[in-house]
Amino acid sequence: MRIVATDCGSTTTKAILIEEKDGVFRQTFRGEAPTTVEEPFADVTLGVANSVTELQELSGYKLIADDGTIIRRKSAADADGCDLYISTSSAGGGLQMMVAGVVREMTAESAKRAALGAGAIVMDTIASNDRRKPHEQIQRIRELRPDMVLVSGGTDGGDTKKVIEIAELIAPARPRPRFGGEYKLPLIFAGNKEARQTIERVFSGEGFALSVVDNLRPTLERENLGPARERIHDVFLEHVMAHAPGYDKLMTWANAPIMPTPGAVGDILQTIAKGRGINVVGVDIGGATTDMFSVFGGVFNRTVSANLGMSYSISNVCAEAGMDSVLRWVHLDMDERELRNRVKNKMIRPTTIPQTLEALVFEQAVSREALRLAYIQHKSFATTLKGVQQQRTVGDAFSQKEAGGSLVDNMALDLMVASGGVLSHAPRMEQTALMMIDAFEPEGFTEIAKDSIFMMPHLGVLASVNPRAAMEVFERDCLVVLGWCIAPRGEVRAGRPAFEFSLRRANEVVAQGQLIGGEMRLVRFGHGEIGMLEVRPERGLDMGAGPGKPVTREVRGGAVGIVLDARGRPLKLPTSAVERRACVEKWLKALEVYE
Amino acid sequence: MAKAYTPGLKVTARTTYRVRRLLPVSGDVRVKVGDSVSAETVVAETFLEGDVFPIKVAGMLSVNPSELMPLMLKRAGDAVQVGDALARSKGIFGMMKTEAKSTAAGTLESISESTGMVIIRGAKTPVQVRAYVAGKIIEVIANEGVVVETDALFVQGIFGVGGETWGTLMVAGKSHTEDLLEEHIDASMKGAIVVGGARMTAGGIRRAREVGVAALICGGIDDADLRDVLGYDLGVAVTGSEKIGITLLVTEGFGDIAMAKRTFQLLLAHVGKMASVNGATQIRAGVMRPEIAVPLGEASSGEIFTGGATAGILDIGTPVRIIRDPHFGLLGSVSALPEQPAVLGSGSKARVLEVALESGQRVTVPRANVELVGD
Repeated sequence: MRIVATDCGSTTTKAILIEEKDGVFRQTFRGEAPTTVEEPFADVTLGVANSVTELQELSGYKLIADDGTIIRRKSAADADGCDLYISTSSAGGGLQMMVAGVVREMTAESAKRAALGAGAIVMDTIASNDRRKPHEQIQRIRELRPDMVLVSGGTDGGDTKKVIEIAELIAPARPRPRFGGEYKLPLIFAGNKEARQTIERVFSGEGFALSVVDNLRPTLERENLGPARERIHDVFLEHVMAHAPGYDKLMTWANAPIMPTPGAVGDILQTIAKGRGINVVGVDIGGATTDMFSVFGGVFNRTVSANLGMSYSISNVCAEAGMDSVLRWVHLDMDERELRNRVKNKMIRPTTIPQTLEALVFEQAVSREALRLAYIQHKSFATTLKGVQQQRTVGDAFSQKEAGGSLVDNMALDLMVASGGVLSHAPRMEQTALMMIDAFEPEGFTEIAKDSIFMMPHLGVLASVNPRAAMEVFERDCLVVLGWCIAPRGEVRAGRPAFEFSLRRANEVVAQGQLIGGEMRLVRFGHGEIGMLEVRPERGLDMGAGPGKPVTREVRGGAVGIVLDARGRPLKLPTSAVERRACVEKWLKALEVYE
Repeated sequence: MAKAYTPGLKVTARTTYRVRRLLPVSGDVRVKVGDSVSAETVVAETFLEGDVFPIKVAGMLSVNPSELMPLMLKRAGDAVQVGDALARSKGIFGMMKTEAKSTAAGTLESISESTGMVIIRGAKTPVQVRAYVAGKIIEVIANEGVVVETDALFVQGIFGVGGETWGTLMVAGKSHTEDLLEEHIDASMKGAIVVGGARMTAGGIRRAREVGVAALICGGIDDADLRDVLGYDLGVAVTGSEKIGITLLVTEGFGDIAMAKRTFQLLLAHVGKMASVNGATQIRAGVMRPEIAVPLGEASSGEIFTGGATAGILDIGTPVRIIRDPHFGLLGSVSALPEQPAVLGSGSKARVLEVALESGQRVTVPRANVELVGD
């Protein structure tokens, strides 16, 4: 079997070839070409054909016909063509949505979750209690030019007045769709079913294409995001994609519906988390935005930090984090005024790359802050349902857990997956690993991997038509295992023992020793190696089994190895600039980050 | 392959410049094909729908939304002034009646029996689109706007803030390497497009705003000075709507950097002419750079430019600007285009090129770190 998959991004279209050889699916070749959605080409299929032509040249199979279409095989004996073609898309700025609900923390948040999970960028969330006056909300709705609107509100059978009020604000505001012209703005209603009739009347005027799906919050205790997400995908294909140049043609080429890129990434991570029974955090840091995905206890969440990125948004990262926070990761002398000008120069010329080591160190420092801020946003969004009444026992009084608490638990986190330019293209894998550790502060035992060539979107769509192929390629070719981070939760004391470790392969001790508070150490443990790692933390430090309790787990080797991190959690850097710089330098050296 | 494709900024002594001037919503076009227009000529106008003001009338009268209709004193389509009674309650035995008064002026658009909310639509606001550059109307797009054409000196900047403006072109300072200081600005520059040399200093910007200069054009600006002008740290380069009373445009970038000599000389040659400037910058998909257009008269150059990003082929001898440290801002020409990727000082592998700098020195830089200069 031969599969061609493309991802049409804003700037480049990436094609991969997947082949079944000896009963196993492997990704074999990769091609890339500029995306051709914008003028003067205005036809996405040209870029797709160009990227697949590159696959053709590399693989030797004829994949593109003379008329520019993708050749299909009639039987496995045919030398040319492919059996399956699939694609994702984020070209033209992706899917941009406005969502609305009654209560910001409840139905509006569920609506936002549905939109984000479907792969959208949420431009704004309107709610009765969003602290804006009605005319301010209307003004905002008029300014936005979304691809579609999702309205929710009320539980089934509950009060209808509030959700109708929200609808009555949106209808006269007449938000103009991004594509303008005769395009009717798609509006999905996923609220109280009792309000449907009135909602249909409110949006019966010109300009809206209303569709109604099941309530995404039928009761306070239950979220039902599936129908809204599916409808968002349908509307994306029927309305948004159909208006983007060349997509009508591309849709006829593809064997599965074209998915928004982040939606596909979310799907593959969910498949992996479910398949391996683990908790996963995935990140894709781009030039303009950072996408964060998590699956904890089987619950999937996605957030997009719209203005945290490494080129278009680099200046915003520095403004939001503060230059002091960025520079705390830097061990070299740097002039702040010059750095500020450099940041702005990167913002206005986003395609440049660091030439000197100093420039690389600075960009990687910025990335730590971008990732850290995006993760904070993600943790505050990926929560249990708010507004749910809980029955408590006396024991619960001590656990401090309440409704709306974050699902993200760094101690329960099993796997972190890194992707995006600054992480994927770092000259040394050790750099990628340390950026992830510094930004996410994983606790206990956490495996770190990176997406080798940003293949997750392709595999997300593939999972919908051939899950086995998707899983096999994900495990063998997509993920590059960097290694493990072993770090205790709790405050360490500088100069005092933090934990002891011993790594065995079969019955042989590969490495053992003791880490002092504030220290980092790297144990090289190569790709394909499997060992048992025993860690014995000091009193007050937790490796996952409780404070002071030893933990033994199987670990797999990777390109970096095992990073032993005795800096404590939450991570605190010395306040004195001299001490801080000495510490950072020591850590970089221990992990051979810039050597 | 000893060639590569790379972005650049357009700086040209003469081009046929076309600009589309469109209304945000449909309206009336006020000119016809062949008309000569100045930058200030209104070419199209329309009215934008008024603002919407929701008023919870049922709540104000303490009645159920379903009981509101008979109590309404105004109907959909009625004109309403601030303070007008929209509805009146029945009261108790005809006494103690309560009135719900309008808090907005406009037209009553709708009354909701579900929520008891009344929507008032404010007066329409007029919107005018001006020609922006002096030239000829070559196309009328029915109900939307026009295309204006002129032969012009055209310079794309790298970054700007503030919107469209126009005025007489003037020069402050003597050379492209001289910073724009406070003392370079005087009262005669009110309403003018002022060209400085290298960096626009905080003092120079402050004085220009005091005097009422329409636009300042320099090689560079310091990030800290931009922050002072805007009152905030700019996070993403999407600009043009700032209300700062002046348009600022830089041709090279941030920091101490001289304007390219050729750009300075081209502008210098047209002092005294009317120039149009737009500081709007958008560095996202569909990139938009700030620009200066100086209409030159009617003779056609043959080449047509309609704005947007430009790009071209990198070849041996192509003039380029290095746009990243450690050689940021230096100009030169391509002297070699090695095929194989090279390992950079950062440790990354990338395709590179060699630039012969104006000083005679040769440096190797990543191909991603240069842009084309010139036409």
